[in-house]
Amino acid sequence: MLAALTIEALGARFRDGSATPSAAAEAYLDRIAALDPKVRAFMTVTRDTALAQAAEADARFRAGAPRGPLDGIPIALKDVLCTRGITTACGSRILERFVPPYDATVYERLRAAGAVLLGKLNMDEFAMGSSTENSAFFTTRNPWDLGRVPGGSSGGSAAAVSADMAAATLGTDTGGSIRQPAAFCGNVGLKPTYGRVSRYGLVAFASSLDQVGPFTKTVADAAHVLRVIAGHDPQDSTSAEVPVSDYRGGLKGGVQGLRLGIPREYFIDGMDPEVERAVRAAVDVLRGLGAKTEEVSLPHTEYGLAAYYLIGPAEASSNLARYDGVRYGLRVPGARDIVEMESRTRAAGFGREVKRRIMLGTYALSAGYYDAYYGQALRVRTLVARDFRQAFERVDAIVAPTTPSVAFKVGEKEDPLQMYLNDVFTIPASLAGVPGVSLPGGFTLAGLPIGLQVIGKAYDEATVLRVAHAYEQATDWYTRKPVLP
Amino acid sequence: MSPYETVIGLEVHAQLRTRTKMFCGCATAFGAAPNTQTCPVCQGNPGSLPVINRRAIEFGIRTALALGCRINLQNRFARKHYYYPDMPKNYQISQYEEPLAEHGTLELPGANGARGIGVQRLHLEEDVGKLVHEGELATARASQVDYNRAGVPLMEIVSKPDLRSPEEAGAYLRALRAIVVYLGVCDGNMEEGSLRCDANISLRIAGAEVLGTKVEIKNLNSFRHVEHALAYEVKRQAQALDAGERLVQETRLWDPDRGRTVAMRSKEFAHDYRYFPEPDLPPLDLEAATVEQIRAGLPELPAAKRARFVAAYGLTPYEAELLCQGRGLADYFEAAAREAGKPKVVANWVLNELLRELPGDDDAAVAACPITASRLAGLLTLIDDGTISGKIAKEVFEKMYRSGEDAATIVGREGLTQVADEGALAGVVDQVLAQHPKVVDDWRGGKKAALGFLVGQVMKSTQGKANPALVNRLLGEKLPKV
Repeated sequence: MLAALTIEALGARFRDGSATPSAAAEAYLDRIAALDPKVRAFMTVTRDTALAQAAEADARFRAGAPRGPLDGIPIALKDVLCTRGITTACGSRILERFVPPYDATVYERLRAAGAVLLGKLNMDEFAMGSSTENSAFFTTRNPWDLGRVPGGSSGGSAAAVSADMAAATLGTDTGGSIRQPAAFCGNVGLKPTYGRVSRYGLVAFASSLDQVGPFTKTVADAAHVLRVIAGHDPQDSTSAEVPVSDYRGGLKGGVQGLRLGIPREYFIDGMDPEVERAVRAAVDVLRGLGAKTEEVSLPHTEYGLAAYYLIGPAEASSNLARYDGVRYGLRVPGARDIVEMESRTRAAGFGREVKRRIMLGTYALSAGYYDAYYGQALRVRTLVARDFRQAFERVDAIVAPTTPSVAFKVGEKEDPLQMYLNDVFTIPASLAGVPGVSLPGGFTLAGLPIGLQVIGKAYDEATVLRVAHAYEQATDWYTRKPVLP
Repeated sequence: MSPYETVIGLEVHAQLRTRTKMFCGCATAFGAAPNTQTCPVCQGNPGSLPVINRRAIEFGIRTALALGCRINLQNRFARKHYYYPDMPKNYQISQYEEPLAEHGTLELPGANGARGIGVQRLHLEEDVGKLVHEGELATARASQVDYNRAGVPLMEIVSKPDLRSPEEAGAYLRALRAIVVYLGVCDGNMEEGSLRCDANISLRIAGAEVLGTKVEIKNLNSFRHVEHALAYEVKRQAQALDAGERLVQETRLWDPDRGRTVAMRSKEFAHDYRYFPEPDLPPLDLEAATVEQIRAGLPELPAAKRARFVAAYGLTPYEAELLCQGRGLADYFEAAAREAGKPKVVANWVLNELLRELPGDDDAAVAACPITASRLAGLLTLIDDGTISGKIAKEVFEKMYRSGEDAATIVGREGLTQVADEGALAGVVDQVLAQHPKVVDDWRGGKKAALGFLVGQVMKSTQGKANPALVNRLLGEKLPKV
């Protein structure tokens, strides 16, 4: 079955002529048609675009001139990434009919590499959430248990890969929105260093934290996608001019002699004991592969969540100010003046969580409160970043759980604070801007995936991926597939 | 004598003459069809990101150096939030806590020597779009937005509250305009809005330390408006204080038709702009060497040029000021003076004849002038060597302006050369003396003015071409003999 293959395996089939990009695109489209009514990962399926792009890839392979490892590979994008002429709703009523006039840089780069776009993926509204339950349209289901959430906010991106409805997808991570759903859905989700991948065309939630990254079936596939999307973009001044390396080639080194830190603060009361056991076992596996492991401390971890829930909403309150019904998206008719038009539009267009964060952020930036809230959060952020810098003076990478628990049931977490706690192990790396990957690290007795997180130094995705690859290849968790009806 | 001292500070916004906008590649040209100079960035489309226009930074530094400001080598942009449909993101990218430059001075010439007016800060930001209402604002059926102007680079220059009268505020604004125009960073056009001014004004008992309650005045789109609005406000506030009223801190709008300011909104309900550092732009790190390079490339500024014109050419300070209003006019004067000699005479011609013809004294008008500096010098040389009289020269000047021809061509073709042939003129003089015996008698009787009449008659019979000095001499010789 073509749809079950990794990027590398599918590419090999294209090259040896035993499959074509068009056949792969058809296979994926068939699978989406059959399964997505249950999983509900896709907001939009771009069938015509996919078939046209696949046909072009076919021609390149026939001519013996494919563009590289992603040529002809069917992918899909989180609906927060702008696609010219294709609705980009960001999980929100306010952008339900928004059709961008331009492509996000990451999509431009994927297209230039020959990738085939299958469609756009569901998400929590404006990437605010950990379950896709905040999508204004529908909740995506976890392929391992349709009664559970896939995580969020990139839940659609995670579910699509696990259900073999795309060979790879892109998501975005602000406080864990790639790593947490990758953990819940049992695949590989990489959040690159802040500045590694262009944000141009990524509809902003929190500009100083947002970062685009891939979901894939294997670490090697993530290396291929990162290679294509990474690198400086003159249209994003926060993207760094740091050279992009051959991440796939760098996977071979193994972990022999690498120093790995296990952060004391990432094993807390109340976390799922099955998760803790799995992560500790994973550390043993890595030690068995020749890594030197030691306990490290990231002492400001416990303040990360609070700082994040000030910085994120503060930036969001600013970034979301532009949705006023004047230029694009929803406009509620019948208002008598501009103030009424804008407030009616925003009242109808934004969901509860988005409104909550706009209010939080507006308050945090207000005169008289700025220093106590936003200013204090920025100070905490520098302390969290210092924690990592100090730890990385002693170790090459950090190994930790991705989340304190596994995928929860749809509707289970009604209290927003309970929901926020899901991100407690992913937020610190986001605040520090360092790269992190989640990969399959085991399963609970009930058969739910457990995420193992590897965190590295800024711009050192190579080491992060090398550690993840070594562990992945030493275990067979990544070969397991959910059983879907 | 008023017991109050007036305290004024100006906030001036200057549109920078960059080819492209502050944060995107769209054109900045004025007057294009609505929304044709826009892109996802300046329309505030979801996902778009700003990129700093390096040229705008250079223009800002240039101005800051000309004002003697300290450049902040690390400065950064911030977001200023308020909702208005002409602002695509509902926040403006501006600078707040870390502006491009601070602590400058603008020297104002005055009767008692130059006076330094403090420049508090200079920062860069983006302009907003324009609302077009269908009908009057209050009753408009709909409003439309043109985003062509949105994102055009703006430089805000904030003075310290150092100005002490509406006239001084006007002088400061003129001097500042001259500087930005000299530097080539702004065209200085207040009517088109490329230079805008808001004023803060308060009164206090003369000698008091503490500042009074300040009022901000907006909608000042000409020098006259600035001075008139401030003068009105001085009177209004003095009357209120005299009557023992308490002034409120507020924003007032200048209504030029009614000649008064009107309360717009009270500062108690002022916006909380919720400034915070722009996360889409890293802090701007400038190299000291770059700043020095820009400093080395600064042109001579108006104050230095004025002083030089007075010292080197013997002009009055007033003449120097008029000539130095724009760089183009000053350069024109200097080129003509260098070629013709006699800088005083050249200054007179430029300030009287040339400015009478030109549509304005700005660089564009000077550049488009059909009489080049060299041709003006050529005309003045013809007066100097006696080829034409000063009176004829003015006619020739007008003809040069309309036809674009040089002076010699016009003089030659139209036979305007002055009659300096003593034999020919002597005949005319004899004739005039014979025709006006009564005037000659008057002269003999001691009426000296009669001589002027006779000179005029000679000039008239020669259509102004007679050499006036020669006519005077001949009359002086012949009159006693009649």
